Amino acid sequence: MTAHDGRSGALAIAGAVRSGALSAEAVAEAALARIAERNAALNAFTTVTAERARRDAQRIDATLALGKDPGPLAGVPFAVKDLFDIAGVVTRAGSKIDAEGAPAAADATLVRRLAEAGAVLVGALNMDEYAYGFTTENSHYGPSHNPHDLARIAGGSSGGAAASVAGGLVPLALGSDTNGSIRVPASLCGTFGLKPTYGRLGRGGARLFASSLDHVGPFARSAADLAAAYDALQGPDPRDPACAGMPAEASQPLLGRGADGLRIAVAGGYFAGSGVAAEAVAIAARALGADQQVEVPEAARARAAAFVITAAEGANLHLADLKKRPGDFDPNTRDRFLAGALVPAAWVVQAQRFRRWYRERVMALFEAVDVLLAPATPCPAPLIGQETIETAGIAVPMRPYLGVYTQPLSFIGLPVVAVPLRPGGSLPIGVQIVAAPWREADALRVAAALEQAGVTNAEPALD
Amino acid sequence: MNVETGEGEGYVDAAAAAIGLPLDPAHRPGVVLNMLRIAEMAALLMEFPLPQECEPAPVFVP
Repeated sequence: MTAHDGRSGALAIAGAVRSGALSAEAVAEAALARIAERNAALNAFTTVTAERARRDAQRIDATLALGKDPGPLAGVPFAVKDLFDIAGVVTRAGSKIDAEGAPAAADATLVRRLAEAGAVLVGALNMDEYAYGFTTENSHYGPSHNPHDLARIAGGSSGGAAASVAGGLVPLALGSDTNGSIRVPASLCGTFGLKPTYGRLGRGGARLFASSLDHVGPFARSAADLAAAYDALQGPDPRDPACAGMPAEASQPLLGRGADGLRIAVAGGYFAGSGVAAEAVAIAARALGADQQVEVPEAARARAAAFVITAAEGANLHLADLKKRPGDFDPNTRDRFLAGALVPAAWVVQAQRFRRWYRERVMALFEAVDVLLAPATPCPAPLIGQETIETAGIAVPMRPYLGVYTQPLSFIGLPVVAVPLRPGGSLPIGVQIVAAPWREADALRVAAALEQAGVTNAEPALD
Repeated sequence: MNVETGEGEGYVDAAAAAIGLPLDPAHRPGVVLNMLRIAEMAALLMEFPLPQECEPAPVFVP
């Protein structure tokens, strides 16, 4: 293994660093070189923290030299969506307005957790402004490009995170997911992504978007790397009032069990999908021997309710700036935010009451099944600037439609792993592996089983 | 001026005025379009009967 081929996974790098086969410094230099070489084409990174990366890597090497344990992710380069605080760096959240703010005083909780596990931060990643979008067509900082086809979107809003992992710039990245912002870009860029249970991972020091629905989680190129990151990220977070403070439950020791003993069903009806999206689910279902189909009740209304809550909460967060300086918002998000500020209270309260109703109905499904399979996106990556997607012969607006299958699931905080497939050599497309609340390990086990069966394809696009 | 039945412009102007949100005439058509998109979603939600004992989802923990 070399330090700089762009293919090495997180655990492989950590293993090499921990055994002394590679120095953390060499890995960091290689990652920085790879970013310098590829980022102009991908526009995944908005900030490169080279100085910190070198310093942290040298510290890992020094720790090893003293015979001490530098952590399970020793020397693993990682990057974070530009809504996670990085000490000494201005958190912009994809906006021009927040770029005027002061540098963050401390790392976000999850940045600190990865650093404590020995991982080495190399930078911040592009996103839709304030996370309001599924495309990362950011007018202030430019669009992120899909590593598999530079003319196409990387998805969003964690587009830089997915592109950085799929392009082999880093083996590990952090994003956030309110309505699909981890799962959509993971699907379009062909990476694994985990949106954990709502309240599982701490959001302290991460910019909110719509706090009722905001989640944070990792991207990686293998199920094992994803599980390793997830295990390092778990734990209570007093800075996040929504963090449930669940004790850490290591998922890695369970991966080897694969899908054994799990009752797996395909989500039908609303989630049926078409074209490559349906094909990907069918391939995964076949590999897992999942022939049962269940219907998630009222999923369209769940999406509608998530849409309403997001619009209202997102706008409220930025209301002062919407009044004072609407011209400084990204034209791609501004009118959405302005409209969200005008949403009547009756809709929002009804949406939160419906959320309770829907949760109870979906939880009843989990009495008979452990894991559901659903498409992650309705299609592979659209072109940058594309306005519509054809579905059942009708052209619908592309940007909101990308979240059609993710939104009804995050709405009630279910843990989901997005796994990447490429049916018939198509562009990447993801399948959602959906588990019951707090059962992330079930979804990770199924992801590992699909990987083991040779069904997934997270091969990075290196040039 | 019922935004739930597609009368977006009147609603947007009145609601923006009610909360002191100035609307640049250049932004107004886009805001109306987005408001109607949200209203279309809300219509799906508002037509659905919920029992009175169905509480809002978020739980405040003091």
